[in-house]
Amino acid sequence: MKKHLLPFTFKYGALVFIGLVILFFSIRNEYFFTYNNLTDILRSISIVTFVAIGVTISLTVDGFDLSVGSTVSLSTVLTATMMVWFEMPLIVVLIVPIVVGAAVGLLNALLIVKIRIPDLLATLAVMYIVNGIHKTYTKGYSIYNNMPMQDGTTAPGVMSKEFLWIGQGKLFGVPFPVILMLLAVIAAHVFFKYTRWGRQMIMTGGNEEAARLSGLKVKRVRTLAYVASGIFASIGGILFASRIGSGQIDAGAPMLMESVAAVFVGYSVFAAGRPNIIGTFFGAVLMGVLVNGLTMMNVQYYTNDIIKGAVLVLALAVTFIHLNRRKA
Amino acid sequence: MTTIHKVSELNMRNISKAFAGVAALKNVDFNVKGGEIHALLGANGAGKSTLMKILSGAYETDEGMIELESGSFAFRSPADSKNAGIHCVYQEVDTSLVSHLSVSENIFLDQLASSKGKAWLKWGKLHEEAKAVLDQIGLTLSPRALVRDLTLSEKQLVLIARLLAEKAKFVILDEPTAPLSLEEADKLFEIMQGLKKAGIGVIFISHRLPEVFRICDRITVMRDGERVLTELKGNIDMSGVVKAMLGRSFEEEFPKLPAHIGDPVLSVQGLDAGRRVRGVDLEVRRGEIVAVVGLVGAGKTELSRVLFGADPADRGTVTIAGKPANLSSPSGAVQSGIALIPEERRKEGILVRESVLHNLSLPILGSISRLGFLSGKAEREHANGQIAGLGIKASSVSQLTAFLSGGNQQKVAIGKWLGTEADVYLFDEPTKGVDIGAKSDIFRIIGKLAQQGKGIVYLTCEFAEALGLADRILVMCDGAIVKSFNRGEATQEDLLLYASAGREELA
Repeated sequence: MKKHLLPFTFKYGALVFIGLVILFFSIRNEYFFTYNNLTDILRSISIVTFVAIGVTISLTVDGFDLSVGSTVSLSTVLTATMMVWFEMPLIVVLIVPIVVGAAVGLLNALLIVKIRIPDLLATLAVMYIVNGIHKTYTKGYSIYNNMPMQDGTTAPGVMSKEFLWIGQGKLFGVPFPVILMLLAVIAAHVFFKYTRWGRQMIMTGGNEEAARLSGLKVKRVRTLAYVASGIFASIGGILFASRIGSGQIDAGAPMLMESVAAVFVGYSVFAAGRPNIIGTFFGAVLMGVLVNGLTMMNVQYYTNDIIKGAVLVLALAVTFIHLNRRKA
Repeated sequence: MTTIHKVSELNMRNISKAFAGVAALKNVDFNVKGGEIHALLGANGAGKSTLMKILSGAYETDEGMIELESGSFAFRSPADSKNAGIHCVYQEVDTSLVSHLSVSENIFLDQLASSKGKAWLKWGKLHEEAKAVLDQIGLTLSPRALVRDLTLSEKQLVLIARLLAEKAKFVILDEPTAPLSLEEADKLFEIMQGLKKAGIGVIFISHRLPEVFRICDRITVMRDGERVLTELKGNIDMSGVVKAMLGRSFEEEFPKLPAHIGDPVLSVQGLDAGRRVRGVDLEVRRGEIVAVVGLVGAGKTELSRVLFGADPADRGTVTIAGKPANLSSPSGAVQSGIALIPEERRKEGILVRESVLHNLSLPILGSISRLGFLSGKAEREHANGQIAGLGIKASSVSQLTAFLSGGNQQKVAIGKWLGTEADVYLFDEPTKGVDIGAKSDIFRIIGKLAQQGKGIVYLTCEFAEALGLADRILVMCDGAIVKSFNRGEATQEDLLLYASAGREELA
């Protein structure tokens, strides 16, 4: 009995845990398990999930991207200024931040793949640079409709309705960001599971030298991973601007840790023991459920972090106990 | 170690051990006397390492006892075994040493770390005592040197010094010579003789039969969890040992498959890379097996890596099947038709944390995918084909390669290339750490590749393998090819002569 129980806990423990948490909150508060609240939870995690997909990709190639949070910030204010300062059409509003996010990824890749700075150090430096850029660009002000400019005039533009719909609208009764998130999760999962490039990333992360000696172009694979990470972070930034309806300064600062936590909780889902998209999604769900439920129970905002941290510790402990047992 | 031990004796009696119901050892008796070097031989999986783990306390025995003068034991932990005077030097020396501490501290590590140790360290005395132990085994090494600056063989000797300091009575050396060069191995053998003179019983595990016959007094062979033979060295010869290990004879084991030799498929001219590859010229024809032999450090691995584009060449031209090869990267080399089975199998040949399926398909992801989407069916068919064709023993295609035996891992490292239609296969020490059963499989695979008209470059420091397998043998020394022999022209002595004194031949 014990023989079967232990692998079962490792494989499905995380999902059972999520179920129990949902059950707990549903019993404690009658409004928790309602359609509106559940879609609310999904909408609240949609931005973090996008960033976390990027983190999953960089972790898959055995890298780490600390700059995603600041990329979210940069992308948010860029998106807002495109409309508020420059009155650009929607397509430009969407493309410019994505291109800039890809450029940040390229810069990371240049430092890590070409110049061979260790990933943590390189992306830490880039995190500072991008953070500085986004504040310098906005001179430290948040961006909102017809904001006063430094020269005394008023900014000409407003955040367009179409744009705000991306973050606030609904399609068939489902919040649009939730649909986007689910599409991204499915696409990323399919990418890793069924495409050549996804497999190449997994293999490169597994053992770069062995992958190289098998004929993979590992430098290109790693570069693409960082670019993808930057792009997903910038999409997160666009969604943020559209959700809030303004370009908040430092919007992405908490995103780094939240997305990394989601990814690491995801290690324990289905006993994967490595970065995986489905796990990342469930990790984000768990975090979202916790925040939502605790808020409904009137637990103070700053206490949430203790519980989030404890959940992360639990997930990591389960994962690594399992991994070490498998090795033995 | 100034006291002389009286002749002691170690008896393992009736040892049985099963893992999950599968018997690994069946009623094994094993005897070692103080002052002898006793070889323990057997193919991988024969049970020798299980037996030694029981002796060193890493495993508990299910049945049977270990008898020493001091009584009968069933060790429950490595500490028990050490207290009884039995010490083991594992192949992975780094796991037993603290690299940022000095030689002295490492020699006396157990005493320093023990709770019975003295509270104050007298550094001068410590280094003096360490020096005395080092002198005893004739190692001229500063006791103050840091272990991380030592070579692998010196680290091994530090471990031997440690067990001298701890007054070991019996010593297990687990494949100590596998990573050593010939000179380093000679040094180790001298020290083993010293241990023997001091009355210590040495259990020596090795895959290399010549050195076993050179150094050992008695030989025990295991097969399938049973002891099949224990003999004095004088009463048995090498083919007898091989027969006991396999149940078959040497000639039956490694037959050379006949292959038609055709046009040149690989030609290398004036290849230079750093100091390890100097002016190498090389030609391999279709169906031909060309062995490149040399001592450890002769530049064989470097040559194979340059030919595969893994390291850059300074100058020289390489042609594959009449076309200039692109050696700017491994992926270019693969496209040019070269495959490399590297020496460091677990680090470079396969991905140990990935499945057999994913390892086998790695180089052919392009050809089994359409518009970037992998065909799961094509991938599984390919993997099942290789598993059947090469005789890879895996529980399923999704088994992680980390859990395969060395020989099966090597077959995966070879099998992943068989779908690429490469023209030239480079094998760098493919039989290293592989048991004899898998070795013969690997030779057969290589022979079959030759029959299919592939060109084979077989880089090895095992001269016997080169003599048995190759159509031509090139001897490499200090980065240059110094001599070429056709099949049947050379003996092991010839090869050794040119491999160690090649420079005179050049001049």
